[in-house]
Parts: sequence; C-alpha cells; structure tokens
Amino acid sequence: MAYIQLNNKLPGITGLLENRLDTAAPIRALTQILLRGENTLTEMERELLATIVSHKNQCRYCTNAHAATVLALGGTPELLDKVYHDLENAPVSEKMKALLEIASQVQENGKAVRPEHIARAKKAGASDREIHDSVLIAALFCLYNRYVDGLGTYCPQDPAYYQKLASRLVTHGYDRPKNEMARQGEENFK
Amino acid sequence: MAYIQVEEGIPGIRSLFQFNPETGGPLCDLAQALLRGPSPLSAAERELIAAYVSHRNGCMFCMNSHAMAARCLLGDQQHIVDEILIEQNTSALSAKMKSLLLIAGKVQVNGKSVKAEDIEMARNAGAGDADIHDTVLIAASFSMFNRYVDGLNTLTPSGRWAYEEMGKRMSEKGYQL
Repeated sequence: MAYIQLNNKLPGITGLLENRLDTAAPIRALTQILLRGENTLTEMERELLATIVSHKNQCRYCTNAHAATVLALGGTPELLDKVYHDLENAPVSEKMKALLEIASQVQENGKAVRPEHIARAKKAGASDREIHDSVLIAALFCLYNRYVDGLGTYCPQDPAYYQKLASRLVTHGYDRPKNEMARQGEENFK
Repeated sequence: MAYIQVEEGIPGIRSLFQFNPETGGPLCDLAQALLRGPSPLSAAERELIAAYVSHRNGCMFCMNSHAMAARCLLGDQQHIVDEILIEQNTSALSAKMKSLLLIAGKVQVNGKSVKAEDIEMARNAGAGDADIHDTVLIAASFSMFNRYVDGLNTLTPSGRWAYEEMGKRMSEKGYQL
C-alpha cells in the first residue's frame, strides 16, 4: 500500500504517473527523449545508466524494471552483475565504463563528479552530448527512485510483471499507454 | 568552467537549457507544474521545500535562486527563509510545514528513509494526500535538478544581485524556457 490514496491499483511508478497526469506529462516526455530519442548511445546503454543508478539507490521496483529492460534489449544477467559489482571488468566499452562511473558519482551527489571522471570519458571518445545525457539520465533516476520509494509504492515480487513491463518499454517506450486495457493490464501482479 | 561546452556567462541550469532545449522544455514544464500548478501548498511553501532540499544537497545555484524566489513570494515574512536555511530554526512554521520539511529532508537522503510514522505525523498535523505527494515529488525533483546543475559543474554566480534578479523573475513569471 502506498502512503497516499491513488486513483488506481497500478504498482510502482506506473500508479503514481496515472494518479497525477499534470506532473506525469513532463516526466514522461523527458524520459522518452532521454531513453528513446535519437542518440549516439544505444537504448541498452541508456537503460544501463538508469539501472546502475536505481541499483545504487536500492530502489527495487526501478532496478527490477530497468534490469528487465536491459535483458529485453539483449543484455545478459552476467552483464548486469558486472555493472553492479565489478564495473571495471564489465563487458562494455571503455567509454561506457567512464559514463557509468559518472552516473555512479551523480547518484551520490552532483558535486562528486570530478574533472578526472569527465577527462576519462572524453579520452574514451565521449561527446559533450553523451556526457550531458548520462548526467541527466542519472539525475532523472534519482528523482524516480525517490518518488517511488518516498511514497511507499507497491513493488510486485513476480518476475513476470517486470518482463511484461519491459516488453512495453521496449516496444512502446515511455509515453502514456494509449488505451485503458493496456494501462490496467499490469495491475494484477503480486 | 562547465564540464561541457555551454555558452559562457549563462549561469546554472539556464546554460543547460540552452545547451539542450529539447530536454529543457519538459524540465521547465515539470518545475512550472510542481511549483506553480494547482496544489494545497502555496507557491512560497513549495519554493521553500525546493530551497531546503537544494541546501541539503549543497547546490548553491538552486538554493540561492529558490531561496530568493521564496523571499519574493513571502514579502514581509521573508525572514523565515534565512531562519530555516541558515539558523535551522523552524519555529515560525506551522506544524504541518515542519512535518513536510522533515519528509523532504528524508527524500533528499533516499526515498526509503521515509517511514510510515513520518507520513502519520504529517497527517496528524493536517497534511492531506496532495500535500504529501507534492512534497515528495518536489524533493525528488530537486534531487534531480541539483545533480544536473552540479554534475556538469555549471556556472554558479556568487554575487547576491544575480539571484535577486532571478528570484524576482521566478516569482513573477514562473518557469519557462
């Protein structure tokens, strides 16, 4: 049970976004641009940035959802495990290691990002836009994680829920689901 | 010097809006909906929550600008901004605002540190669902804005005059690109 009365029975962030369409609209628009818009970072790379921040914030709902999305985009459980626990040996490019490290610093505090973190990313070929997007994705998930956990939202245990959600995020992205059926289809998982 | 090539002389988040207007649009819309849209909390109370979270995150740009917006909106009550941010004295606040600032402070640390008893205390002090929702989302949003501004090392003016102008504009015109 969430700490506030919602107008729906949807879990995690989905219930919060349906409950308040006024603030949900810009949050969804921002997420769609950052994670699905035209970019030199792949969708999987951007989902990895969302996942590492959610994992570090210990937000179970967001970590499960975005980890499932990484898997749906072709990632492996081993990739996720390395990104969480042994980033330097993760099977990602040197550029992605540097950007994931920047995201980890952002998770702690904006000021924790130091010139040497940026220098490493630039040396590995990261553009200003890629650095900008990595910082903003990490910052955005510091919002999401706090919104989801700060209001005590319901977090399903069933892995099938996250697979279904990930499949929607891969196919349709982050815009509001267009019909009632699609919006309510995820509310009955335990 | 910002970590990425932004136009020189533009401070804080405005340099990032200029660097990437595509993300700047929804970021402004979110600030406008949260801080000026319909809410049981006044615009001044919401600016105070924003300044408080920014203060706790050590983000001087956001703290100074939102503190100044709160002062402009509070008029002759503006002394409470410094009392809260500098002296950590909340005696001028209602029990409801005290309990909401406590929740905002916990959200700043981590969402999970908000406990059922914090919510109950706010409810006992008269807070409703919308007060609690808006407080948590403002605190969460400034956990984003602060990291965006400082994570890219944007220009933070040190003179008070820069924030006086900004705070006045924010209190009168709200948030737009």
